[in-house]
Amino acid sequence: MGDVGIRIENLRKRYGEGDTAVDALKDVNMTVAPGEVVGLIGPSGSGKSTLLKCLGAVIEPSAGRMTLGDELIFDDGWKIPDLRALRRDRIGFIFQAPYLIPFLDVTDNVALLPMLAGQRNGAARRRATDLLEALDVGHRSHAQPAELSGGEQQRVAIARALANQPPVILADEPTAPLDSERALAVIRTLNRMAEQYRTAIIVVTHDEKIIPTFRRIYQIRDGKTYEEAGEGRAIA
Amino acid sequence: MISLAGRDILHSWPRFVLTGMGLGLLIGVTLSMAGIYRGMVDDARALIDNSNAALWVVQQGTQGPYAESSSLRDDAYRSIRGMPGVAAAANVTYFTMQVGRGSEDIRAMVVGIEPGGPGEPGYLVDGRHITRSHYEAVADLKTGFRLGDRIRIRRHEFVVVGLTRRMVSSGGDPMVFIPLKDAQEAQFLKDNDAIISERARTAANPAFNRPGVPGLLDAIQASQASNRSVNAVLVQLREGHAPESVAAPIRRWKHLEVFTRVQMEEILVAKLIATSARQIAMFLVILAVVSAAIVAFIIYTMTLGKIREIAVLKLIGTRNRTIAGMILQQALGLGLIGFVVGKTVATLWAPIFPKYVLLETGDALRGLVAVVLICAIASTLAIRVALKVDPAAAIGG
Repeated sequence: MGDVGIRIENLRKRYGEGDTAVDALKDVNMTVAPGEVVGLIGPSGSGKSTLLKCLGAVIEPSAGRMTLGDELIFDDGWKIPDLRALRRDRIGFIFQAPYLIPFLDVTDNVALLPMLAGQRNGAARRRATDLLEALDVGHRSHAQPAELSGGEQQRVAIARALANQPPVILADEPTAPLDSERALAVIRTLNRMAEQYRTAIIVVTHDEKIIPTFRRIYQIRDGKTYEEAGEGRAIA
Repeated sequence: MISLAGRDILHSWPRFVLTGMGLGLLIGVTLSMAGIYRGMVDDARALIDNSNAALWVVQQGTQGPYAESSSLRDDAYRSIRGMPGVAAAANVTYFTMQVGRGSEDIRAMVVGIEPGGPGEPGYLVDGRHITRSHYEAVADLKTGFRLGDRIRIRRHEFVVVGLTRRMVSSGGDPMVFIPLKDAQEAQFLKDNDAIISERARTAANPAFNRPGVPGLLDAIQASQASNRSVNAVLVQLREGHAPESVAAPIRRWKHLEVFTRVQMEEILVAKLIATSARQIAMFLVILAVVSAAIVAFIIYTMTLGKIREIAVLKLIGTRNRTIAGMILQQALGLGLIGFVVGKTVATLWAPIFPKYVLLETGDALRGLVAVVLICAIASTLAIRVALKVDPAAAIGG
């Protein structure tokens, strides 16, 4: 995979045209190594969600370059024709709320992704079981999402994000609904998973409780990113 | 691959089953409406079959005796019996009235027949045929009469001596067979006061009560008090004679209207019940539209309730056709539950209907195809909504 999980260079995103044009992202640069967890922080309206949507290949940036692992996926235009497959196979998503599929049990919520990628049911379920065990929710594998606690749901969401072993995971305020203890537990889990599966994880957050845990932080202000060293405080 | 539709149905099965049952009752009504129409057609065919005739001879210029009133002299059958190709001919009368039994009365079609001739019920389920010239009756089971019951037709009492089945008018009224003479009397019988005043009126007419013409008034009054009319002559043919070849000379020489079985079926099915059939067809269309609207509404609201999940599914790479398939399968599942419930309830409640309800397998299969099509069409609205969901909706606020 090399030294790059994801690299973004001079990324820009403009909404509208002419006098009404708005530059949501002006000059975004960031690099996250495999196994690294970085924080992306910034005030409301600073462009965090827009950046996440660009990185998640759900909206097209106006200009710039994006490299995923060794592959250039965007260079003033998408280099990959099938963005759906790109999202499925190479980008993991963790949302503010877990957003598990309520009518699938825990195992199938995780196994769905490998199945969508074409894996056989048995192999997909084995992969799901392994991930759930690794995230300490293996004992709830046959439970329905509604039967899980908030923390368990978020761990299942993390397992789902890891299901296809993507080089990068985008976590959109994953600790927002959790108390301090559970929020720190989620970050601890993300760090462990990033290291174990050599995945680059970008955590968008406002959460003051978890910001000190990042070793590196990207501040986004007025559509531009500024790299800062984080405290990298150890989580008990 | 996991069946997303199946899992969703299992997850919220009470709502799904209850909705399916509601839809099923609607489908049951739809199948019953089709069954009522089939029953009407079958009743009409049964009426023709049970008359055991090849030709119906009726008053010229009419489409009697079932679709229009028809009146013939009751001696017309004699000359018809002598026509080439005729094996048997018999008079018959039909009129619908309230037949009394004790304090209750039942609507029935009273048929006047000549015992042993065409028009007599082809088979009995109990008792015997009419053997006496007066005051015996054979009734359809649907009248509710039993052997030995005494029933009242106009002023006379009849004893039920036989019971038959599937002998109904095109309107579904069960038949009561009585001797022809009694039927002729019953059809035109007046009350005593009316007879007395009619006699006085005739006697007061100098044209009918001429001095020097003895017996004229008595003859006129006798003819007024008796009825020599019947509604039709039913004709059976000798082997080897085509109905039309026998009908043509009767039309030509006897100045009467003659209908073959094919023509009579056309009159009964295409004309007599045509309005009812259109009425039922309108109901079927309305019920189909209502069913489609219900399925569309249910599937649409179920889809709206899953917008966030659909956004997540799309974001994590689920194909549009997988999502569309999920919604389509749910709509079809709802339709199938509805169809099973509908077919079951229609079968259960069909015997309770006062009129014959004939549920044909072909209609059920056509109904199933219609339900599948309606559900597929009804799901398109929800599919459109689902396909428009932006995967970006799963990210951020």
